[in-house]
Amino acid sequence: MRIATWVHQTAVGSLLLLAVGTVAAQKGETVKIAWIDPLSGLMAPVGQNQVRSFQFFAEKFNKDPRLNPAGVRFEIVPFDNKLSPSETVNALKSAVDQGVRYVTQGNGSSVAGAMIDAVAKHNERNPGKEVIYLNHSAVDPDFTNSRCSYWHFRFDADTSMKMEALTTFIKDLPDVKKVYLLNQNYSHGQQVARYAKENLAKKRPDVQVVGEDFHPLAQVRDFAPYIAKIKASGADSVITGNWGSDLSLLMKAANESGYAGRFFTYYTGVTGAPTALGRNFDGRVYQVAYHHYNMPGAMGQWQNEFRQKLNDDFYTGSVVHIYNILSQAMARAKSTEPLKVAAAMEGLKFNSFSGEVEMRKSDHQLQQPLFITVWQQADAKFPYSPENTGMTLAPVKELPAFVSSTPTSCQMKRP
Amino acid sequence: MEFFTLSMLNGLSYGLLLFMLSSGLTLIFSLMGVLNFAHASFYMLGAYLGYTIAKGVGFWPALVLAPLAVGVLGALFERACLRRLHRHGHVPELLVTFGLSYVILEVVQLLWGRVALDFQPPAALRGPAFTLVATAGEGLQLLWGAAPAALCSAAGAVCSPFPATRGFMMLVALLMLLALWLLITRTRVGLVIQAALTHPEMAEALGHNVPRVFMGVFGAGAALAGLAGVIGGSTFVTEPAMAATVGSVIFVVVVVGGMGSLPGAFVASLLIGVLQTFAVAVDYSLGALLRSLGLEVGPAAAGNSLLRLTVSQVAPILPYLLLVLVLIFRPRGLLGTREG
Repeated sequence: MRIATWVHQTAVGSLLLLAVGTVAAQKGETVKIAWIDPLSGLMAPVGQNQVRSFQFFAEKFNKDPRLNPAGVRFEIVPFDNKLSPSETVNALKSAVDQGVRYVTQGNGSSVAGAMIDAVAKHNERNPGKEVIYLNHSAVDPDFTNSRCSYWHFRFDADTSMKMEALTTFIKDLPDVKKVYLLNQNYSHGQQVARYAKENLAKKRPDVQVVGEDFHPLAQVRDFAPYIAKIKASGADSVITGNWGSDLSLLMKAANESGYAGRFFTYYTGVTGAPTALGRNFDGRVYQVAYHHYNMPGAMGQWQNEFRQKLNDDFYTGSVVHIYNILSQAMARAKSTEPLKVAAAMEGLKFNSFSGEVEMRKSDHQLQQPLFITVWQQADAKFPYSPENTGMTLAPVKELPAFVSSTPTSCQMKRP
Repeated sequence: MEFFTLSMLNGLSYGLLLFMLSSGLTLIFSLMGVLNFAHASFYMLGAYLGYTIAKGVGFWPALVLAPLAVGVLGALFERACLRRLHRHGHVPELLVTFGLSYVILEVVQLLWGRVALDFQPPAALRGPAFTLVATAGEGLQLLWGAAPAALCSAAGAVCSPFPATRGFMMLVALLMLLALWLLITRTRVGLVIQAALTHPEMAEALGHNVPRVFMGVFGAGAALAGLAGVIGGSTFVTEPAMAATVGSVIFVVVVVGGMGSLPGAFVASLLIGVLQTFAVAVDYSLGALLRSLGLEVGPAAAGNSLLRLTVSQVAPILPYLLLVLVLIFRPRGLLGTREG
């Protein structure tokens, strides 16, 4: 009996030792992630918020072994790409020269496209020194369809998924009758307009698209002429994928010119927009996103902590997805080598702040639940108030991953 | 009709902001012959100083103090830098102002950060200045301030408030034009300034301190940019890229209007403001134009992105197109006089 217990204990003990021994292969290693996004120019406020988000959560993951099964140390190396594709490629080069093997970027699909190409080229020319591109926010559906790449992983939901969710929501709003599409004139804005038209035609054929406009990205100072045009068209709702100053200035103009319609947006929670909305627009602005300000559980606490520590709001939830999947995949691959980690990330299901999510193997697009929120007074139920506006984005609908999931035509080449 | 009136007002107010911006540049160029590349940076400086002063003592004192501060900085720059370069000709002058624009950008980012500031207009300017009410039967009505909610919610009525900040912007620009015009053509100071430019030796021999006149003019030009900055910054956004975005447009205004011509700058600003605003409303494309001329567009060309580009999409770049056209067909600008 005694001997049996002894044998049993030794067996378990040596198994444990074995397990620890193999985990130790990546344990304590430092994983550098190059952060390449704008820190100057019109979109600098967004970039600055995001680099802080990455640093804030690196600290959280580095401290807490429950969050970080691989036990690695994440470190962020920031580069300013000035929202320019060529600067991005240069930054990627210097990051690789510094020995960084993971890069993240997300602002501007035009930039993300350049990044996908540059990373693919680098990996082809430098076998054994592969780089993985973690796309935190660039939502061009082409990146996981016709232009998909093995080295690109997307953690935001793409435009087609968000529009799928948004139109599923609009389907049940009978007083949406005339819609105006106002977007930035580049791939993202054009796709928002395209998917809005396609999905509305399918789900709400009675809805009329009374106008469609594109304006140059981050060039327009004065949106009053656009609002005058929208009013003249008789639209009761505006669908816009605008972000950064383009959304803030649009909202400012809409408020000043007394436009009374609704807005369906992608990026209301992002820096500047809450201040521009202020106490106006109560119940008139909707946002579709994979994350919101009134998340329950640990995420809610983190958001409050982020606000207290940095006097800013956390809205790029994909940061948490990225650390989650990297740590899970590195623990599974028992390595921080990008080639092995990429293979481990494919098809990985993991628990994140919005429940169980999956990195779809066929196109490297994260499948996740989406939330529709509405701009309204902050109250006891939904207390988090971005930019101290006294208002909040309260969840009105949660769409499970399968609802907003869209098919992919990706046929990627695996190494 | 309502749309036309509103667009006209929007266009004029934007045009008048452009005039406010370019008048200082025109003043400096016409009187000193210096093309000041840092002019938009003085505009930005005005917005940032205005923000900081407004936080301390309120918006209205800031509206006076910030332009004064910018003017003093401009005068100091002229005294310390530009004056030494004057005898070396135009190119060193131009280059030093170009360099200054970078220095100001970096200093602003160091002092105030790279993030946009929440620069609110004062309470008195937050509401609408007046409201245009279009009712089905009675046509267009103008009401001062905000229109009563009952009137706007009535069937067939459309209310279009015109923001007070824009009205204020227009008022200040017009006052600025009047004051500048009176100063240059009707006062002794104006005469001395003009004499100092065309005949500096003679003016000096008559006992006028020509370098000091130049310093004053440069300071005044910078102060005008600063004033535009306080108003523009609180109406639109105050952030480090604001100089770069208006910088190119004000050069367009100055060239289109005619280098150094104040009336020219005025006409050109209004033209560009109105042109850009109305262009937004035009959904015609080159392809549609060809079709209306009776030319059939083939299926391959119909998908061509250039032919499908509508006027509203190119609205923000129209001023630059105008610049090119003016340079080709009337190089001295609309109201400029040929240098001789």
